[in-house]
Amino acid sequence: MAHEPAKIILKTEGLTKHYGGVHALEDANFTLCADEHVAIVGDNGAGKSTFVRQITGVELPTSGNIYFDGELVHFTSPLDARNAGIESVYQNLALANDLDVPANIFLGREETYFNLGPFSFLNERKMLRRSLEVLARTGVKIPDLKIQMGSMSGGQRQCVAISRSASFASKLIIMDEPTAALGVQETTQVEQIIRNLKSNGIPLIMVSHNLRQVFNLVDKIWVFRQGRIVGEVETAKTDGNEIVSLITGVKQGVHEQASYI
Amino acid sequence: MSAAATDPNALSIFRKLPQEFGIALVLVGIALVFEALGWIFVGQSFILNQRRLVIMILQMSIIGIVAVGVTQVIIMAGIDLSGGSVLGFAGLVAASLAQTSDYARAVYPNLTDLPVIVPVLAGIAIGGVLGFINGGLIALTRIPPFIATLGMLVAARGLCRWYTSGAQVSFFTDDFAVIGSGLSPVFIFLAVTLLFHILLRYTIYGRRTYAIGSNEEAARVAGIDVSRHKMLVYTLAGGLYGLAGIVITSRVLTAQSGTGIMYELDAISAVVIGGTSLFGGKGRMTGTLIGVLILGVITSGFIFLRVDLYYVNIVKGALIVVVVIADTLRNKRKSKQ
Repeated sequence: MAHEPAKIILKTEGLTKHYGGVHALEDANFTLCADEHVAIVGDNGAGKSTFVRQITGVELPTSGNIYFDGELVHFTSPLDARNAGIESVYQNLALANDLDVPANIFLGREETYFNLGPFSFLNERKMLRRSLEVLARTGVKIPDLKIQMGSMSGGQRQCVAISRSASFASKLIIMDEPTAALGVQETTQVEQIIRNLKSNGIPLIMVSHNLRQVFNLVDKIWVFRQGRIVGEVETAKTDGNEIVSLITGVKQGVHEQASYI
Repeated sequence: MSAAATDPNALSIFRKLPQEFGIALVLVGIALVFEALGWIFVGQSFILNQRRLVIMILQMSIIGIVAVGVTQVIIMAGIDLSGGSVLGFAGLVAASLAQTSDYARAVYPNLTDLPVIVPVLAGIAIGGVLGFINGGLIALTRIPPFIATLGMLVAARGLCRWYTSGAQVSFFTDDFAVIGSGLSPVFIFLAVTLLFHILLRYTIYGRRTYAIGSNEEAARVAGIDVSRHKMLVYTLAGGLYGLAGIVITSRVLTAQSGTGIMYELDAISAVVIGGTSLFGGKGRMTGTLIGVLILGVITSGFIFLRVDLYYVNIVKGALIVVVVIADTLRNKRKSKQ
């Protein structure tokens, strides 16, 4: 195939994290292309979250290198990663429930009229207009943006959280179990938003336990087991059986119609 | 699910009315009760007495200035118990720099007849510094605001006694005496309320104060420097206590080491009665303004009915508990959704 390989946006070499004697992550070599949506799967304690914590600057790796957007990076805080263009959507919905949608989307980077430091006047109109643009681009439908976040459904809030991540020209979005706390309908809604991110060309790393979701949404699946990357498979060329045997390390015995697929 | 909950239009009418509307109704209700009791027991009107109203508003203005500072702290899910003590110390320091040379035993015999700006700035700055210490302790050591400001409540009162060894300070310059004369405490209170209403409602300062009170972790993840913002909020609160100290010192023309004792509790009561949630993230200056007036009407009403003052405190205490119970129930219902 004469397919031009896309630019590599994130690459790790020998990424390792030890907590004392516990080898949570061992020699992880990971690459992500600029137009790719990938999932990270694995059993509990397989090193998925540890891996994500290293590349989002929440923790410092014991050893190994991270290259982001072509450069060697050393994130010392989540803010570093964010300034570099890595946006994270947290499982516990990092939203202020007493504020409205534009206030949440622009939290920490408010638009103002003139700069008086913390006493700058907020440009609410501009934030509302840009929020509408962002939500339209990601396909999120919220009837009234001026109501408080806390009175919305979990699905709506997760959609706003994702739109916020997508709104600041970010180069990479990382989601940790984006639908773990949501109902069926809300999950569908969030999955649609994730597809819209794909068509907008924003790369995504998704940590998920839900294999059905993974197969529906991503191009490639990275399988972690006992702190190591044990598989890198394209979704189109695999099936649930192969992924489950990679996750568990058991070659056989998984029935074709395993219920969790 | 009840019929009202399924009909969005029926609910939205209530939702559109600001929360202050309900609190204002309570204020009117309480005033009317005193009016009725007035005609029955005293034989005169409670409301239609200009002198009484003026005295009430003047008394509440000092508490009101403190309450403005406390409101923003509580919106940020903090608490500040140091208001009364900081007010007392700032008032004493301002007083010591506002004395006239006609008086032979001034605190600083070489620093008399200073321009009025000196004691005013000194008082506000002292308040700001003590507030900054509060904020710094809370932000950097992560001790609960209750403990940090309780420490300040005791320590600043100690500073008051140490500063003049317990002696009163009086004999001020005419310019300083003007600050608290006539109705000016009321205007200062209203100006401060308006200023902080604007800050909370229209600036980054306010937005981040609400954000931290609503979800501190979310604010931190969003890149807000939470520690710095907390220090700023407590510092401004301290500055307001300092201003209140100047106004009351100028009003009564004396500064004592005991000025402002228990003011912080009245201020916190006014804030909570005014609808600001102790859980943070919710509350407005307009609510605090009405809360201050409710507290004033209750105090003034009981005096009007010639009821002993300790009954006033019992009623005030009960009112605070009822309001906090309502706030807690409201918060529980919300988090269940």
